[in-house]
Amino acid sequence: MSIWVDRNTRLVVQGITGREGQFHTLNCKNYGTNVVAGVTPGKGGQSVEGIPVYNTVAKAVKETGANAAMVFVPPPFCADAILESIDAGLPLIVAITEGIPVMDMLKVKNYLKLSNSRLIGPNCPGIITPGQCKIGIQPGHIHSPGNVGIVSRSGTLTYEAVHQIQQFGMGQSTVIGIGGDPVNGTNFIDCLSAFQADPETRAIIMVGEIGGSAEEEAADFIKKNVTKPVIGFIAGLTAPPGRRMGHAGAIISGSSGTAQGKIKAMREAGITVVENLGEMGAIAKDAFASALSSKTMK
Amino acid sequence: MKIHEFQAKELFQKYGVPIPRGKAAFSVEEAKQIGAELGTFPVVVKAQIHAGGRGKGGGVKLAKNAAEVDQYASSILGMTLVTHQTGPEGKVVKKLLVEEGLPIEKELYLSVLPDRGTAKIVFMASEAGGMDIEEVAAKTPDKIIKVYIDPLLGMKGFHANDLAFGLNLTGDMVKQFTSMAAKLYKLCVDCDCSLVEINPLVLTKDGRVIALDGKINFDDNALYRHKDIQEYRDLDEEDPAEVEASKYELNYIKMPGGNIGNMVNGAGLAMATMDLIQQAGAAPANFLDVGGGASAEQVENGFRIILADPTVKGVLINIFGGILRCDRLANGVVEAAKKVGIKIPVVIRMEGTNVEEGRKILSESGLNLITAKDVSDAAQKIAAIAKG
Repeated sequence: MSIWVDRNTRLVVQGITGREGQFHTLNCKNYGTNVVAGVTPGKGGQSVEGIPVYNTVAKAVKETGANAAMVFVPPPFCADAILESIDAGLPLIVAITEGIPVMDMLKVKNYLKLSNSRLIGPNCPGIITPGQCKIGIQPGHIHSPGNVGIVSRSGTLTYEAVHQIQQFGMGQSTVIGIGGDPVNGTNFIDCLSAFQADPETRAIIMVGEIGGSAEEEAADFIKKNVTKPVIGFIAGLTAPPGRRMGHAGAIISGSSGTAQGKIKAMREAGITVVENLGEMGAIAKDAFASALSSKTMK
Repeated sequence: MKIHEFQAKELFQKYGVPIPRGKAAFSVEEAKQIGAELGTFPVVVKAQIHAGGRGKGGGVKLAKNAAEVDQYASSILGMTLVTHQTGPEGKVVKKLLVEEGLPIEKELYLSVLPDRGTAKIVFMASEAGGMDIEEVAAKTPDKIIKVYIDPLLGMKGFHANDLAFGLNLTGDMVKQFTSMAAKLYKLCVDCDCSLVEINPLVLTKDGRVIALDGKINFDDNALYRHKDIQEYRDLDEEDPAEVEASKYELNYIKMPGGNIGNMVNGAGLAMATMDLIQQAGAAPANFLDVGGGASAEQVENGFRIILADPTVKGVLINIFGGILRCDRLANGVVEAAKKVGIKIPVVIRMEGTNVEEGRKILSESGLNLITAKDVSDAAQKIAAIAKG
């Protein structure tokens, strides 16, 4: 088991004919993801390395039975592409694109609430269930199947977390990058709740950063609902206020959204907080020892 | 992106939001002329910098006659204004706003912005105007009214009424205010603002509702569809190294007082690397995210910008190769080091895609690059450089 993506996932790629879209689609396919279709308006009937391309998502779904979308459409048209997948009834939509205007995402987010679709991202590395399905731009080869669930707002920091726990022999159930934008689809709490319910996930790593209050809310949720061990990391202790630190959502506004405040909230919720990035693997090993020690551990 | 008060007021005027009569001045002569054209006293002379708290810092003065306009314009233009938002180094004032003084009955607070938590557009209003709104929110949260608007629905009459009656407005003031609020909503959505703030919004003794101050920030991701707003960018207000970096689409932020430069791929890892430098007993000199698909040229320019900072005693390069392959990064670093010439220690930590090839390129380059095997090792090597 795992959450949201596995061997049964049938992927359609929006923006498959673009340079980035094509490159990463093939990486996903080579990893083992079942990529069944691509969509680029005006290029229906073509194919990319044997993957059929359609003009619309609705048509792709009808013809191929796709049940998840990966979106590589450029920022000016990306909200439109996400809305199209929502209307096509896709249960899972993973938006990789960075740079979507906030006003566009406000509309997407409110429309999403009226649907049954789940959006991961935008501005994220994607989601991977090691050994089964990779949707996104992650380097697949650094992962291996196991029992640690990881959720993060950052891309490369997620790879760092995966790499460090691998050094201590810990594999992953599912790894999700929820993205660095201020308004996103799936949040920490959605992932934590799914990890808590997933029998394959026995321990959780949560990687946050400055800006907003999602980590504080997640800490509160963990305190009340999560029985599995959780370790946390927050980037941005040295970030100056009022500056956008790369990610659109990584900004301290006045005195809110600081790393210090988030770390405090996580500690108060009983989460083991990793202060020094270099120690994440070692701390995970200690904190997860008993949860991962039973006979079926991989 | 931030803009000046006088530019925000230009947009207010364009959208029909009432503002005091006035104009921007770039010299004392211009300020005097605008003062004379207003034909009334008092006249307000306001420093135009991208930071709040200008009044407390001595950047806003009320002139009772022409001589005082001259006096205040002369003293404010060119002064280094230090406020709680500028940092201790302050900002040099290069522009003024000269406008009519108004007979103020009451000061209110009003802002509209996208709210990340709820994904709605939120209006915030308060009768405690003219004060630091964060302080009001912390001490007396009940004095702040919040009205959330679903962007799929848009602003309706009842939203504006909630605000107007919440502010205890009466009579014609209600009409003036609700009309203004609707215009501000339109401005916020049309122009992709990340904040529209009026503090204070004033009620005058002669019964008018006027935006006495104005602050607008824009969503950088949406600037591509607002060529007119891009014109408002003021390079005087930005760090020269940051302006240079932006030409190469590098995410670079200068950190005052730092001594260790750093170059990282990915914003989260870049922030974590800055934190790591501080934990190692040094101080990060910058934030630099070269992104997932950095080219050799970007790596080279990033390197050059970091090394141009004279306070930098050493550099840490921390790359987790995903899309950005380690061999490509290594080539970029070697090329850059040869072209730019490095006279300070450079520590490189690489992991991920094609890491072996990358390490080989570095070790065979003949350059004095210090290789770190992991994050902790890199931190220790940086600590040693900072001490030495």
